[in-house]
Amino acid sequence: MTEASDATAGPGYRLSEDQLMLRDAIKVLADERIAPRAAEIDRTAEFPWDVKELLAGHDILGLPFPLEYGGVGGDLLTLCLAIEAISRVCASSGLILAVQELGALPLLLAGSDDQKQRWFPDLASGRHLIAFALTEAEAGSDAAAIRTRAVRDGSDYVIDGAKRFISQGDVADLVTVFAVTDPDAARHRNLSCFIVEKGTPGFSAPRVEHKMGIRGSTTAELVFEGVRVPADHLVGAEGDGFSLAMRTLDRSRPGIAAQAVGIAQGALEVAAAYARQRRQFGRPIGEFQLVAGMLADMDAATESARQLLYKACTEIEAGAPDAGRWSAMCKLVAGDAAMRVTTDAVQVLGGYGYIDEFPVERMMRDAKITQLYEGTQQIQRLVVARALLDGRD
Amino acid sequence: MRIVVLAKPVPDATGQERLGPDGRLDRTTTAAVVNGNDEYALEAALKLVEASPDGGEVTILAMAPANGPETLRKALAMGATRGVLVTDPALAGSCVVSTVRVLAAALRGLTYDLVLAGADTSDGGGGVVGAGVAALLGLPYLSYAARVEPADGRVRVHRITATGYDIVDAPLPALVVATQALGEPRYPSLKGIMAARSKEIVTQSVADLDLGGAEVGGAVASTRLVDSHPPAARAATRVVRGPAVEAAREVVGFLVERRLI
Repeated sequence: MTEASDATAGPGYRLSEDQLMLRDAIKVLADERIAPRAAEIDRTAEFPWDVKELLAGHDILGLPFPLEYGGVGGDLLTLCLAIEAISRVCASSGLILAVQELGALPLLLAGSDDQKQRWFPDLASGRHLIAFALTEAEAGSDAAAIRTRAVRDGSDYVIDGAKRFISQGDVADLVTVFAVTDPDAARHRNLSCFIVEKGTPGFSAPRVEHKMGIRGSTTAELVFEGVRVPADHLVGAEGDGFSLAMRTLDRSRPGIAAQAVGIAQGALEVAAAYARQRRQFGRPIGEFQLVAGMLADMDAATESARQLLYKACTEIEAGAPDAGRWSAMCKLVAGDAAMRVTTDAVQVLGGYGYIDEFPVERMMRDAKITQLYEGTQQIQRLVVARALLDGRD
Repeated sequence: MRIVVLAKPVPDATGQERLGPDGRLDRTTTAAVVNGNDEYALEAALKLVEASPDGGEVTILAMAPANGPETLRKALAMGATRGVLVTDPALAGSCVVSTVRVLAAALRGLTYDLVLAGADTSDGGGGVVGAGVAALLGLPYLSYAARVEPADGRVRVHRITATGYDIVDAPLPALVVATQALGEPRYPSLKGIMAARSKEIVTQSVADLDLGGAEVGGAVASTRLVDSHPPAARAATRVVRGPAVEAAREVVGFLVERRLI
């Protein structure tokens, strides 16, 4: 049940000394400072500003950003190690980092130097948070069905419409918004990406959702009523929005896979500790083979998902042509593993697993979202199958 | 403000400890961490340098086996400027006297205003190394510090006593023994961890030190290990859960039952 691939052989499979040090440091921080807050964060369903400050204070929110803008310049695998280590104790807290990356990715991928210079230092230091607003009430899996409009007006764009299910949309200082700029263009050529700053007139977050899990990560509805942004808030070229959104998700899905692996690992550890201590029929329940078998399957599922995730990160970072496939596969496998492992953890704990005295019921609720957001598991399967069937030969 | 912090790599209490055939802990294969009390001293040193108007530097000084640098990296990640590690196979099995001589000799080669040491170590637990080093170097020795205030070439310390604290004052350079009252050690930041990679760790052997002719190391140890054995297994633990008042009542009942209170 060790949590590292430190000992596996071969270049590219071994975590570097830096990665191990960063991961272990974040783990200590998570165990000592975040874990004791996790149940309360879930119960109150309030965004954990203290955890955000903790992550900012230790440069963790700087991981996705290049050194020259005050970031840490972590690669995708290092970022995922961090998300995993935090999510192992609190999925809502792990998501703060995952969303900081997700929201910033369009700028990282297509932003101009000026834009990076303007927005990255505050994001890298954690002074500011950024959210990613693609989904709408009628445009979920079908992202191209977006209705939010952005109309050029002189040196500005005027944005009208609404977004739904936007993680941290109400607490973020910046929101990356996708809107239709050319309704007559072809289906995947009509979207553009904009940065909208909090406080811009006409921009509001009137409502947050009541959710089953990740309750400390607020999920907002965003409304844009004649929101005027200067043209230099356009990220990438006009009409490139859809492609930019897809490239963003190719790189952000591993973050959700990392959250899922972290949740699974957390549940596995609680279940194993419980199975060692809980005695029935005069012995620890871990000695009963039906329980031991469940624990072994949970460990194997978690480790399989983790190894696929780490491999996916290195492939995506190396610019593999099938990055989208790796990204979809790792989220698919990790999300399903997290759901199964947390459900089994509740089973191992029996009645105690079903009450909030132990964290596994929370982990089970948190795990579910990893099968839904940044593309449902069904969409991941479509992405993987398409790569397979469209393949050469 | 130039501060040297005496920091000892000690076995990680959460890991597996292995005793060698001589009954001693095999320090080269046991995972090590910076001694907890020394981290309080380091935190105090970092805060003093941060608060000092003309800045300064913090040097970590350790005597440890050759794998010591791994452990010192964490201290460097917290913010120390550099590390000095005295390591030599001949030092295995050293007694407290040898350790004191080695650290004092290493300090003679460093420039400093203040030396900070932890109250004791989680492995040896002797709690006399700081005092020994001060005595050998003729430095003022201020122990059990709950507050450390250097100013104008002197240092003022709140020294914890049974009833409160004494205020003691001495000229610099001086050696101060830190306590946990100085404040929790910080967690290293990611940038600190990355910066630690390129920080200097100077390694010295016994031959590099000016020991003034004194002999050090396991061969001349003034103490001898007679026997060692693992502690007896702990009896079953009972965990009391529930609301504080009820739990406290249960704990009191348990103790009363056994006539312990």
